[in-house]
Amino acid sequence: MSQATSTTPVTPRMTSVEVSGPLYRKWDRDRVETVLFRVLRWVFIAIFLAVTLFPFYYMVLLSVRPIESLLLEPARVWPTVHDLTVSTYKNVLTPVSNGGQGFLTFLGNSGLIALATVAITLAVAIPGSYAVSRLRFMGRRKVSFLFLAVYLFPSIVLAIPLFVFFTRIGLRGSLIGLIFVYISQTAPVAIYMLRNYFETVPYSLEEAAAVDGASRLRIIWSISLPLARPAVVATALYVFMIAWNEYLFALLFLIEDRSRWTVSLGLAQLAGSIDIPTTTLMAGSVILTVPVVILFLISERMLVEGLTAGADKG
Amino acid sequence: MTLTGTDARRRRRRGALDKQEARAGLAMVSPTVVVIIVAVVLPVLWTVMLSFQKIRLINLRYAGVFGSYSLDNFRQVFTAPGFTQSLLTTLAYTVGGTVLSIGVGLIAALVVRTPFRGRGFVRASMLLPYIAPVVAVTFTWEIMLNAQFGIVNQVGTKVLGWHHPIPFLSEQSGQLTLGGVHLTVPTALLTVIFFETWRYFPFAFLFILARLQAIPAELDEAARVDGATPSQRFLHIVLPQLKGVFAVLAVLRFIWTFNKFDDIYLLTGGASGTDVVSVRVYQILTNEGNIGQAAAQATILAAVLVICLAVYFLVFGRSTREAESE
Repeated sequence: MSQATSTTPVTPRMTSVEVSGPLYRKWDRDRVETVLFRVLRWVFIAIFLAVTLFPFYYMVLLSVRPIESLLLEPARVWPTVHDLTVSTYKNVLTPVSNGGQGFLTFLGNSGLIALATVAITLAVAIPGSYAVSRLRFMGRRKVSFLFLAVYLFPSIVLAIPLFVFFTRIGLRGSLIGLIFVYISQTAPVAIYMLRNYFETVPYSLEEAAAVDGASRLRIIWSISLPLARPAVVATALYVFMIAWNEYLFALLFLIEDRSRWTVSLGLAQLAGSIDIPTTTLMAGSVILTVPVVILFLISERMLVEGLTAGADKG
Repeated sequence: MTLTGTDARRRRRRGALDKQEARAGLAMVSPTVVVIIVAVVLPVLWTVMLSFQKIRLINLRYAGVFGSYSLDNFRQVFTAPGFTQSLLTTLAYTVGGTVLSIGVGLIAALVVRTPFRGRGFVRASMLLPYIAPVVAVTFTWEIMLNAQFGIVNQVGTKVLGWHHPIPFLSEQSGQLTLGGVHLTVPTALLTVIFFETWRYFPFAFLFILARLQAIPAELDEAARVDGATPSQRFLHIVLPQLKGVFAVLAVLRFIWTFNKFDDIYLLTGGASGTDVVSVRVYQILTNEGNIGQAAAQATILAAVLVICLAVYFLVFGRSTREAESE
């Protein structure tokens, strides 16, 4: 009993004991539940860790094993020193002309597309989110609604006309067309995330600058933006992740020319091939995943706050 | 509250600058609006127009606003084999994925609600499925579920005593024996629903956790003083506070799962009874090159979604608003 009371406040126990009978009744409902949930909690934490982490562990594990070793001992889930290999990574990164899979080219394409998307999205979203959060203008609410609608809109419905349109103007297959589509998909999310932060910048700071005669752009550039820098970084990383991970539009636009493939598209296309060992493709999978995981770990706290801002209000 | 005073003063002082402010606001928001109109709004309208036209990839050059309009595409879509089945599959996938991802997200949020050593690590791990590239995780799961050397079937046949490996992603319906009862289950569809849950519970988890942590500690404390047990506190204190966030999550996850393309396409390609509408749209577009019919199918998808949402808001609208105003 003394152990139980030391972890829970004394008052409730006293009350419940007084009301419900004999002192020192050890296993009342409260105690049973408290102990049960404490145990269950750790059981669930263990299950969650296993279920979320194991696939990533398996991915890395298979990427450093030769395919023969996997086929021989498929149930072994730990690496052994004598059959560790990095040849899978070598093969997947080597250009096609040298007998590899050419993932280095894909990495270049994905990086270029994602960085360009981040740069342009921020360039339009920073002023956009500032305007939506700070300035009163005609149609402000309509604009906010439009952004929300885009955020929710099915990309498969957009895919057809964009496919038709870019085919007709000859931009299908070019990275520029794809970047343009990505900007339209990420700008609303970026504005949503940034707006929440601009709203936390005190008016008085901006007013002081305005009184000193600073222009609006100058105020944004040297007052609001530096204050919102963590938010801008988190938004940039999130946009990067979306562009890096995207599959459907890359598939529709870039499929015809292998030299234009992104890492996502390349992996998905090659995954169907029987000529390439699974372990080699797993190396490609790791190459695709690692940049995103690193960015996520850098920005986790900011990202979580940015995405769920407003959720705590119900 | 303190802002109101500042606000009023600001308004008075700025009176003359209102016009300038409005102009600046429009100027700053217009680049985004232009991009969205060009890349989202016009395409949506165009989809609807295309759905009434006879256009194929081959005669794309002649497509224009002034083509001849007809209902042929819709007639073909509705009478195509498997259309109703595909809609039902989409609904089952959506409802299953939505309910399970929110349910699992709730459990996840509850177990990391209070601090413990390693909590940051656990939280970050739980977000991994959501942020990892879809192509990489679908590929990994495909290999894990592989019938020959996948780890799941290895464990199943060697440790759990399954008689034969289960082709999780290529079997339309399988036999499941639960406590002596033989059931026929849609194997592949269940697998993609579980995958959906695995990948998207973190999203629900994030939102529910944020809401949980905003519940004032005094509420819980007061209930404890009154002698409420943990389960009573959960049912009567915590759960009512989560109503609003559940409603928002249900809508968001429903919309996104309903339109989901990547996950199913990458896992099964729409085969073995997982033929959801968005995958059908893609197949009509690329395999048959029938743009008009693909557009009609997409328009129907959007229309069904709108109907579902309308029903949802009619049924739950009032309680949602009440929950939100709490």
